[in-house]
Amino acid sequence: MKITKETVEYVAHLGRLRLEPHEVELYTEQLGRILDHMDALSALNTEGIEPTSHAIPVSCVLREDAGRESLTMEGSLQNAPERKGNFFKVPPIIEVD
Amino acid sequence: MNYNDYEGVMGLEVHAHLLTESKIFCGCSTKFGGEPNSHTCPTCMGLPGALPVLNKKVVDFAIKLGLALHCTINRKSIFARKNYYYPDLPKAYQISQYEEPICSNGYLDIFMNGEKKRIRVLRVHMEEDAGKLVHESTIEASTYSLVDYNRSSVPLLEIVSEPDLSTPEEAVLYLKALRDVLVYLEICDGNMEEGSFRCDANVSVKRKSDTKLGTRTEMKNLNSFRSVEKSLAYEITRQIDLVKQGGTVIQETRLFNVDEGITYSMRGKEEAHDYRYFPDPDLLPLIVDDQWIEEIREGLPELPMAKMERFMTDHGLPRYDAEILVSDKELADYFEETVRLCKEPKTASNWIMTELLRELKNGNISPKDSPLSPAHLAELLSLIKDGTINIKIGKEIFPELYERGISPKELVKEKGLVQISDETAIVAMIDAILAKCPREVEEFRAGKDKLLGFFVGQVMKEARGKANPKLLNELLMGRLKGSG
Repeated sequence: MKITKETVEYVAHLGRLRLEPHEVELYTEQLGRILDHMDALSALNTEGIEPTSHAIPVSCVLREDAGRESLTMEGSLQNAPERKGNFFKVPPIIEVD
Repeated sequence: MNYNDYEGVMGLEVHAHLLTESKIFCGCSTKFGGEPNSHTCPTCMGLPGALPVLNKKVVDFAIKLGLALHCTINRKSIFARKNYYYPDLPKAYQISQYEEPICSNGYLDIFMNGEKKRIRVLRVHMEEDAGKLVHESTIEASTYSLVDYNRSSVPLLEIVSEPDLSTPEEAVLYLKALRDVLVYLEICDGNMEEGSFRCDANVSVKRKSDTKLGTRTEMKNLNSFRSVEKSLAYEITRQIDLVKQGGTVIQETRLFNVDEGITYSMRGKEEAHDYRYFPDPDLLPLIVDDQWIEEIREGLPELPMAKMERFMTDHGLPRYDAEILVSDKELADYFEETVRLCKEPKTASNWIMTELLRELKNGNISPKDSPLSPAHLAELLSLIKDGTINIKIGKEIFPELYERGISPKELVKEKGLVQISDETAIVAMIDAILAKCPREVEEFRAGKDKLLGFFVGQVMKEARGKANPKLLNELLMGRLKGSG
């Protein structure tokens, strides 16, 4: 097996996913199979080949440094689950000793 | 306890806000201080489907800084996603550069007591800033946080040094030198209070004899040079004490509390960071060609260190003067313009460092906005040089010249301050004083040389400060030593 239950639980936490025990089982098995499949690539000799970060041979498109109109403040805030004045309101984040 | 066996090992990560019009990946304004969430759009708020497009000027600025720091400019660099959950980061990842940054392996020289030390720069990379969390009371007491995304995606350059700094003083010198470079390049305003020049520090300690580095802590929240120096000094002492008492330093992030002058442990919701960097599929590899780099190189201004050397060699200034003048590009420009007009570098430097800086500091005015122009300062220095007025009068009228921004020639005329260089007039005053003080004349002639100052003072008083001091001295000596 390529991947343990603990790893799946850890990755789920990083992705803020709440998984039921049977889902953890299922994903451990499925993710394991995906990783096994990726192993097929290891069989290839990649010596001297530059790592590929992007699949197509195109380079970055740039824009000139010019301002464009932003959304209105109401437009920006309309999806806010909670707001206070013109701020987004969120649960407190820092715990300090 | 003996601290001398130990030394600090520090590396700094500096974040510099770039002076671009628009954000790094969208056209929203980068201006500081707008209404909350008024400079936002789907891209910088991370709304689904919005795509980033790189601002060319950010690349220009990165190359500029890379060249100024003697870095290798990488012909190909890659944007990566740094993943973490935090409410100031709307996409839940920050677009940054990781394995392939735009600049690598440079250096910046600092001068510690006149001695050069080379601080290696590991890398310079481009990234976007996060939004800003606001708390109505203290962070600790808040039951919620407020978020303003105006700062989200404002372009940053992160400059990472090697752990080459051994003392808090060195760290501050490095930071100041780096800030000077950014300001000279006109790519960052260097304002620490507003957060456009921010610093995190990695700190560890080791026995001087050891080669292996100790466990490091990361210090955040260093928003003034004073905080940097104080917090590093505190943290180094804390770690040495800990190690000497048999404890171990824990790798953690610590915050500096300015009021208490101590650092304390900060624990985020996510304890161990696992950023899972990977190339951002939305942004293709950035290719920079030689022509682009050469164009930027040709446009580079003279940098602070080079200017300092030139002030020392061409203008014959002491290092102390040169350091002060180049610490502010506008002040250096002011000095050069004054020297161009009056050809007296050292005199100009003296007047600028004392009289002018005093007035500028009092009013919190930048040199470029000085009401007293370089032309007027040069004129004042010429009036002194050609003997129209003496130095003392020059210093006396300086505040008024500065205040009113008028020509020194006019003010001198207006106030009737032209120096008395007429021998007959001065001799008449000398004789009048000597006649009034026969006892002192007697004593002087008997060998009490110190009385010369007394006579000079008396005559100067009579002349209301306007007598030519050199002439006065000569004539006075003549009268005292002669028959009288």
